[in-house]
Formats: sequence, structure tokens, C-alpha cells
Amino acid sequence: MRAPLSWLQDFAPIEADVDALVDALDDLGLIVEGVERVGTGLDQVVVSRVLEISPIAGADRIRRVVVDPGGEPVEIVCGAFNFDVDDLVPLATVGTVLPNGMEIGRRRLRGVTSNGMLCSGRELGLSDDGEGLLVLTGTDGAAPGVPLAEALGIRPDVVFDLTVEGNRPDAWCMAGVARDLAARFKLPFALPEVELEAAGPPVETLASAVVEAPGLCPRLTVRVLDSVVVGPSPRWMARRLVLAGMRPINNVVDASNYVMLELGQPTHPYDLDRLGAPGLLVRRAHPGEVVRTLDGVDRVLGVPGRGLGETGEDCVICDADGQPVGIGGIFGGASSEIAETTTRVLLETAAFDPMAIARTSKRLALRTEASARFERGVDPFGIDRAAERVCQLVVASAPGARVAAGVLDVRGDLPSPVRITLGAHQVNRLLGTELSASEVAELLGPIGFRCTPAGGDRIVVVVPTNRPDVRPEPHGVADLAEEVARLYGYSRIERRRPTWATPGGLSTYQAERRRVREVLVGLGADEVWTSSLVDERDEDRLGVRIPPVRITNPMAADQAALRRTQMGGLLRALAWNRDRRQGDLRLFEVGVVFWPPDPSQPPTRAGSEGGAGVHLPVERELVSAVFAADGDDAAVALSALHALAEELRVADLRLRPQADGAALPGLHPSRSAVVRSGRDGPVVGTVGELDPAVVAEFGAASGRVGWLELDLRTFLHRDLVSRRPEVARPVSRYPSADVDVALSVDDAIPADLVADALRGAGGELLESVTLFDVFRGPGVGPGRRSLAFRLRFCAADRTLTDAEVGELRARCVAAAEDEVGASLR
Amino acid sequence: MAGSGASDPNRTLGDLDALAAAAARTIEQASTTAELERAETATLGRRSPLAEARRALGSLDPEARREAGRRLNDLWSSLEALVARSRAELARQERVAALVADRLDLTEVVLATVRSPLRRGHRHLVSTTRDALEDVFVAMGFQVAEGPEAETDWYNFEALNIPPAHPARGMYDSFYLEVGEPETVVLRTHTSPVQIRLMEAAVAADSIPIHAVIPGRCYRRDTADASHLPVFHQVEGLVVDEGITFADLAGTIETFTTAYFGPKVHARLRPSYFPFTEPSAEYDITCTLCLGAGCRTCSGTGWLELGGCGMVDPAVFAAVGIDPEVWSGFAFGFGIDRCAQMRHQVADMRSLLESDVRFLRQF
Ligand SMILES: [Zn+2]
Repeated sequence: MRAPLSWLQDFAPIEADVDALVDALDDLGLIVEGVERVGTGLDQVVVSRVLEISPIAGADRIRRVVVDPGGEPVEIVCGAFNFDVDDLVPLATVGTVLPNGMEIGRRRLRGVTSNGMLCSGRELGLSDDGEGLLVLTGTDGAAPGVPLAEALGIRPDVVFDLTVEGNRPDAWCMAGVARDLAARFKLPFALPEVELEAAGPPVETLASAVVEAPGLCPRLTVRVLDSVVVGPSPRWMARRLVLAGMRPINNVVDASNYVMLELGQPTHPYDLDRLGAPGLLVRRAHPGEVVRTLDGVDRVLGVPGRGLGETGEDCVICDADGQPVGIGGIFGGASSEIAETTTRVLLETAAFDPMAIARTSKRLALRTEASARFERGVDPFGIDRAAERVCQLVVASAPGARVAAGVLDVRGDLPSPVRITLGAHQVNRLLGTELSASEVAELLGPIGFRCTPAGGDRIVVVVPTNRPDVRPEPHGVADLAEEVARLYGYSRIERRRPTWATPGGLSTYQAERRRVREVLVGLGADEVWTSSLVDERDEDRLGVRIPPVRITNPMAADQAALRRTQMGGLLRALAWNRDRRQGDLRLFEVGVVFWPPDPSQPPTRAGSEGGAGVHLPVERELVSAVFAADGDDAAVALSALHALAEELRVADLRLRPQADGAALPGLHPSRSAVVRSGRDGPVVGTVGELDPAVVAEFGAASGRVGWLELDLRTFLHRDLVSRRPEVARPVSRYPSADVDVALSVDDAIPADLVADALRGAGGELLESVTLFDVFRGPGVGPGRRSLAFRLRFCAADRTLTDAEVGELRARCVAAAEDEVGASLR
Repeated sequence: MAGSGASDPNRTLGDLDALAAAAARTIEQASTTAELERAETATLGRRSPLAEARRALGSLDPEARREAGRRLNDLWSSLEALVARSRAELARQERVAALVADRLDLTEVVLATVRSPLRRGHRHLVSTTRDALEDVFVAMGFQVAEGPEAETDWYNFEALNIPPAHPARGMYDSFYLEVGEPETVVLRTHTSPVQIRLMEAAVAADSIPIHAVIPGRCYRRDTADASHLPVFHQVEGLVVDEGITFADLAGTIETFTTAYFGPKVHARLRPSYFPFTEPSAEYDITCTLCLGAGCRTCSGTGWLELGGCGMVDPAVFAAVGIDPEVWSGFAFGFGIDRCAQMRHQVADMRSLLESDVRFLRQF
């Protein structure tokens, strides 16, 4: 909202300097987004009378003009043609710097000297009109030699650009801002006096007012003016509207807008003679009813939209015959707007249900100055003053206009003022202050909260009706505390650091998730963050088969689904960097992917009614990594998995290729594996290499790309995935003995099962089993390979003899032969 | 009706069928793409029997020619389709064979032989910022809590005192998900729903007080620009305890801003509006660029906006069943990305989401 200081000063004698006002406004919660100084640069512009106009030989775009600026005649060269001899026009004398920064010098054009400049409204920063001079003829107080600013009543002004929060409908007008400032600076505050002489016939004889939907429109008032002459607004009003950011239209519409800016109450003027039948009827829209609004768009009403609480209830304003002429509280209709020819004006001033306005405005995507105010809440008792004020301004701008006697006033259920019994201790308990009841009352009183002592530290507070944001008890106590804090000054409230006995900390999961990141960083991987909103086709191309969770209202087709995997984002990240000739690419991401809701899980509460609830999408927190540096492959990814397992003491991870060759999405079918915890435990992730076709399709790398993905909620879950014990195991002080065995094993038997067999037979004396060589080829036989293990034997209490070692070795080999069909080579 | 002479149409059609059957056999026998190329030339090439037969059509009488021509075209296109099918199948088989030949049994990788370059990677700026902020709050006695990114309307809005069609919803332009009834499930627009989950859980377990910070990813339907991303990260704080006041809130904000941004950075609170706090405040911190002197970044004010806060609204306590006569609390929230942007003077927020290693490796 743009608030000119001069307008604010109508209500209170505000004298503080601009910096102090900015600080005060900020501290009152009326956030100053900008400060603009206007109306300066007019000091040396004077009103002058045109004495003489003559052509200049050889020039048809400029003329020689002699003007009387209240002294010696001045010769000017002028390019405007919208004036005549005897007109009054503004003259900027030599040396003037105009508001737009232009400096006026003495110039010679075609042999004629120009000793200044005659100015347009735009050049003076007073209007948008740059077509011709600002002609002042007929302006009260305009005479040769009078400073222009004085003639127009323009003072240098300051315009504050304010953001008013949604809970402060009262402050969304000049009077409201001034009220807060007056309270802060302890100044008297008063609304403008409205005295209305009702000279016209009784309003009942001219129009009717009926409300069929009092729930949507709890109060409707109608006033009528006749003998109105529609024309431009007085200059002072037009100027204030411009400063406040509104375009002047005509004296009737402007008066309505002016009052909205001044008092916060929207009103709507109709041409009474263009209404099908004189009067207004307010009703619910029929389903599918079409209303053409002032902007010429046909709006379909009465049809529920999507979403919670949507009833499809719209409030239409109709003429007395029930023909719609506007959407209540939002937009007027085109058929009855004020025109040049209007002589009789019907003024609608009403209160509307804020929630209904909000729903209609949202559904129709139609937000106006009026709807924005009504949806925040307008004082239903401010209507009278606002309507009278509009009438007063119209009459002032259209001499001869008459206000019909009386007002049509249809009232439904209007709220009665909220009364709250407030204890100072309740305020102090929320704010940490030590205010007394009288101090609280002194803060609340000036902004319209009537406070009366109620014994002890209590007062009874009557909430003004322009504060619909303040709720009844008990919640209203907090609302009052906010008002107290605001006027007391947030900056004056003490700062205290609370302490409590419980220590802070991360959960084990959170701490270990950090260690996962650190391990991958230690392996040369850079952490990335890719978007959770993806193109589901990217993931379909990877072979992701689980259906996506889609977004109802995406911003773009390629961000219309939630990611089911991080693979697409990582592939795109590789491609992005590869396109920019970046090497050594190992990237990882920790984050959530979304799978469809699981109906076997308990539902989540969806709304206030409780009800059956809804199943939310399954969120899986993953770490995914791609290894695309030179020479990277599945083995590098696997070593990363081992590094993670080491760091987190994860004991027994097993790798299994996907059964029956069904490829994991996006993965190389014969160089990838599912990672399980133990031989039969849960799946914790996948490891291996990306399918070269996928890598090529995304342009992600030129060589192999290793892949690792772990479901962190499983991987780090101690009940699901076993960890190495944290109990210290003594180290033997006796020498160990190594024995190598090369075993020929069927390709179908994973090497870890062979190691299991060896380990089982070796028992406690077998300190370690390490695979150190793999050989396929002549001498091993087709479909088999030779696995060379190093067995290290050691006893805690003695040195093992050669015989013992030999016997252990034989036992291990026999077990491998029995359990996995190995044969010793 | 029986025809006479050399142009017996039945005989011609029979010949064509036989030729086509032979051609199909040739195509089907091809077991490599190279063989298929040869089979295609042999059966459908310029010198194939079928091509000869097409050229021979000219010698038939018009009616027979039309019929035989139609049959030949049908056979021709079905053979072409067969070639295409075979080609696709052979390509698939060859791809599978190549992948199988490329086989690596991950159980037999000898880890000792895997070499890895000695380069350390870099954490993402947002993720290190989150950790640093968590650490500040942990040191102040906060637990770290988390919650789902897809939320119901109840948790994201209604329990936070933002009923359907509440004008404040305009502050949170939401992505709705195709889950459940229309507009019942949203991508959370802030981390505040976790406040509700924490309070509900604490009520159920009779374990109030709560001292928690809640970091996480949020979503708003805003077009990305230099200072906004539709996907972004927030930290939320929630304290519910006995005797908690606005003074404690102001002190907490001051403590963490100074702890995170350094001793020269302070906070100021201004009245604001959030449906789930009352009184509400926005807080600014000393401009990190000019340290309060005033510069272009802070529009000469010396302050930068950081986040919002306030005392937990009694309506929120009512929604979760906490007695506001016994407990009081405060909540605050701010952007992790914005913190990172302010502390490291990141000109364009979008660089956080681009995954460009030239950006990432600076941090
Ligand atoms: Zn600055």
C-alpha cells in the first residue's frame, strides 16, 4: 500500500522526520518497502498568463509564446499547441531543475530565445499526461506569479510503500496507518467529519434492497444520489489517488476508491438508470450462472472447484429483478458501470463473508482491491461512515448533486463486539514483560480497544469492530498480547536465553547419516542436490516399473512427478558437468524418493473432521552415488560399499545378482547386484554399474559408471542389519600361519558362499579368509572358475603346529567340497 | 471362366505364395545382424525372386495383374515387417550377449586390487550449512527432528490454524499430489507440519517439554529465480515448556544468529503475521555484507530478512490437545539455502541446484 504522508496527516498531526517514521512503521509491523519523495522541484515553477502566440518562420512544430509570470513578460519557444492567449500555464524559469532531473537553460532556437519552459503534467511529475501543457485556466488560486505548488495546493510529500500483514485489515487504509502512528507518537487521532445534507427524495421511493443470502452478505446498505454530473475529479483528489497508486477515472468512481484507501471500506457505485430494475438484490449464484465482469470476461459461477471446503457458493449482486450485475465484494458488472451520461448513482456499501470471498476469488483467479480487503475482513459497522463519506465527496465534486434522504439497510447476523477479560499477568506470561494493567490499557486504548478496570490486574477489553483478527477468549488473549507487544515495541522486550535440563543432540540415525556423507566425500565424491520434481519419462526410460506419484498442478511437464530414484538426477548431473568438460566425476546425493502409498500402513489424518485419513506416499531416504572418474567401474562402487560398511561396523553384507536375469532399473544386468544383509536378510540397496545404453542415452559418461544405492532407513537400522560387536576382542600374541587354497567352483556359486564354507570349518582358529585371485580358462573347465583364498590360522594360547595347520586346511577344503561342490586344484 | 495360356492368375498367385514362404524361411534362419543383412538382400533385394516376379507382372492381363499385384504388395510388406522384427530381436539378443560377456560377479572382486584416486570430494553447501545450523542448535540444547515431505492438508495447513480457503494460504502456493481426495495431500510448503507431529507425539507419550529443530526440504509453486527455488530447505524450531515467553524467543534468535553468522551479526524482531503464532514476528539480521552500515544488498537499511517466528498460537495448541494454561511455546523458521546464500554471498540461488562441480568444489 502506498501511503502519502500528507494524507496520513489528515488524521493526526504527524511531525516526525522521515527516518523516525520509517523506524516507527517497521516497529509497528507496517513494513516499509520503500520511501519516495514527490512534489519537489516545483520551487521555481510559476503560473503565467499567455500574452501572445506567434509562428516562427520556417518552423511548424514550435511557436514563439510570450507569457506574463507576474512581472516582466518572458519569451519562450514552445512545442505544445493545446492552449490559447489568456490561458494560464506553468512556467519553469531558467535554472529550474524539474522533478525528472531536467535542468532548464536559456536556449536559442531559429533566432528566438527561449527563457524557460512551459511544462506538461508529466514533465512536472504531476500526471501521466505528456501530450500538451498542464493548462491551469479555471484553477482556483491560479494567477500570474503564483508559485505552481501553491496554486495546486501541492506540498513536497513523502510516499511510504507499506506491506500490511493479512491480520491487519484495519491498517490497510490511510486512517489505519495514521491511527498506529498516532498511538506510537502519542498524538491525537480523528477521522474526518462527515456532514451530509440529504436534499433528495426518500431513498425508498428510488430503489430497493433485498438480501436473499444473509450468510454471504450479512449487511447491505444502499444510498442514492441524483443530479450527478460525471466528470474529472478535483485535482487534489486525483493527485492523492495517483500518489496512492490508483488511476483517476471520474469523480464518482474516484470518490469510491478514495474512501476505500482512506477508510478501508470498499463501496460500489452503479448507474441507477442502467440497472434493469431500480434496486439491488443479493443472492447465491445459480449453478453455472454466467456474469460478465467490468473487464469484459464472462465468469461462470456456482460451480464447486477442487479442494477442501469448496462449496461453489458465490454471492452475486443483482438488480431488483434478480439480473446479475456483479460478483459481490469482488468485481462489478459491465452493464451498470458509471458512465459520462450517468446522473443517478446507486451506492452499494456492504459486508461480505470473508471465507466466501476468499473461495470465490481463488476459484475465479480474480483478485481485486475490494476482494483482497473483504477476504481479510472489513468492519461491518464502518459501512455508514464510508457510504456517507463517498456521498460527501461526490457532492463536493459535482455541485448540484443531491443525496436521497435515508439509507436502505439490510442486516443479517452481525457480530457483536468481542469482550475479553485480560489479566496483565497473562500478557506478561506470553511476552516476558512486567506490565501493569494500566500500562496495558494505555497501550491498547489509542488504537481503539476500550479498556475498563476489572479488579486486580484485570481489565475488560472491548475489541473494536475493525479488528476481526482478534478472537474471543481464550485465543483472543494471545491476539491482545500481540497488540500490546506491537505498541510497546518488540525491540524493548528483554532478550533471555532459555535453558533446560535435557541435552541437545542428533539421533543415532542422523549422526550416522552424516558419517555416510563423510565416507563418500573421502572417496572423492562430490555431494549434489538434485530436484525431487522430475519428468517421469526419464525414469521410465531407466526401466523404473513402480508407478510415480504425480503432481496435480505442476509448473512444467518435466517437473510433474516425484522422483522414484535418484538415478535420473545423478545422470543429468554427470551430463551437465561432462558438457562443461569437468572430469573426475564421482557424485552422490542423500535424499528422499517417493513410492506410491502403501495401503497396509496406517493412514494419516487428512482434515479437521478426522475421517478415514489418507495413505501418504512412501518416502525412502536413499544415498545414491555414481562413480564416473577415469577407470571407475562396478568394483570401485563395491569398494565404496565396503568402506561404508567398515565405517559403520556393518557386519555381513551379501551381493546377489537379480534372480532370473531381470535387470534392476538402469543397471548393467551382469555387473550389478542386490545388496542384502546376511544370506537371507533384508535388501539394503544395489551396487554395480549402470547399463551402458542408459549412460549413453543421458550422455553421462564415455566409459563405465559405477553405481551404489542404499536405503538408509534399512542400512542404518540396527535391528535389520547386524553390526560388528563393540566388545573388544583380544589379539593373539602367537604367530599366525597362512595357507593358500585354489578351489575350482561352479560359476553359479557366489564366492562368499565358498568363504562361508571355509570359515565354518576353520572355526575359531581361522583368523581370516581372503580371496586374492580369480582365474577362468584352460584347466578349470567351462562354467567354473578358480578362486584362490588365503587362510590365516592363529590360536589365542599357543603357536599352531604344522600338523594342526595341515589338518585345519584339509577340514576347510573338505567343507568347501561338501557344501559348495568345490574341487581342489 | 477358366483362363487359357501362360497367364493363369491362380498359378501365378500360388507361385508368389511359395516364393514368399521361402523368403520368410531365409529371413528367420539369420542368427546375426550380419546374416540378416544378407538374407534381406537375397529375399527383398533388386535381384530377388520376388523382385523378378514383380517385374513379370507386366505380362499378365489387367485383371490378373491387379490381383497378383495386390497379393505381391501384401507379401512384400509382411516380409519387410518380418525383417524389422528380426532385426530388433537380434539387436536385443546381441546387446544381452554383450552385457553377459561383460559379466562381473561382484562376489569375486578382489578388493585389494581396486584403485581409487586420492582426491577428496566436497559436501554440498546446503548440506554443510544444515549441519552447521544443527550443531549450533544442538549446542543450545535442541534435539533434531524430521518429518515427511508429502503431507496431508491437516498437518501442513489446518492444524496450523490455516483452514481451507484461509487467505493466508495465498502465502503458500502449494503443489498438490494425485493421492487421496483432490487437494488433500501436498508437498509440504514449510517444515511447520513437523511441529504438529512432534506435539501430537509428545501428547500421546506424555513427554512434553519439546525442544526441537526441524530441518528439511520444502516445496512452493514459485518460479525459480536468483533468490527463490520451488524446492528449498528450511529449519524450524519449536520449544514447548513451562514459562516460555517472547523474551526467550527473542534471546534464542539472537543467540543462534550470532553463533552462526559471527559476533558482529545481531537480530531484530518486527511484528508480522503467521496464522500459527501469536504474537508473530519477522526477524532480520545485520547485513552480512556491510555489517549494518548500509549497502545495495540490504537496500541501505543495514538489515537482511531471515525468517519468521512467534509464540505458538493457542489454536495450534488446541488442535494438538496441549493445555495453554500449563505450557507455552515458541516457534521459528528460516531458509537454510538463504542462510548459505547470505553467508557465502551466492549471487544466484539456482547454482545450488545445478550440480555444477565448479560451484560445488568451492565449499
Ligand atoms: Zn548491507
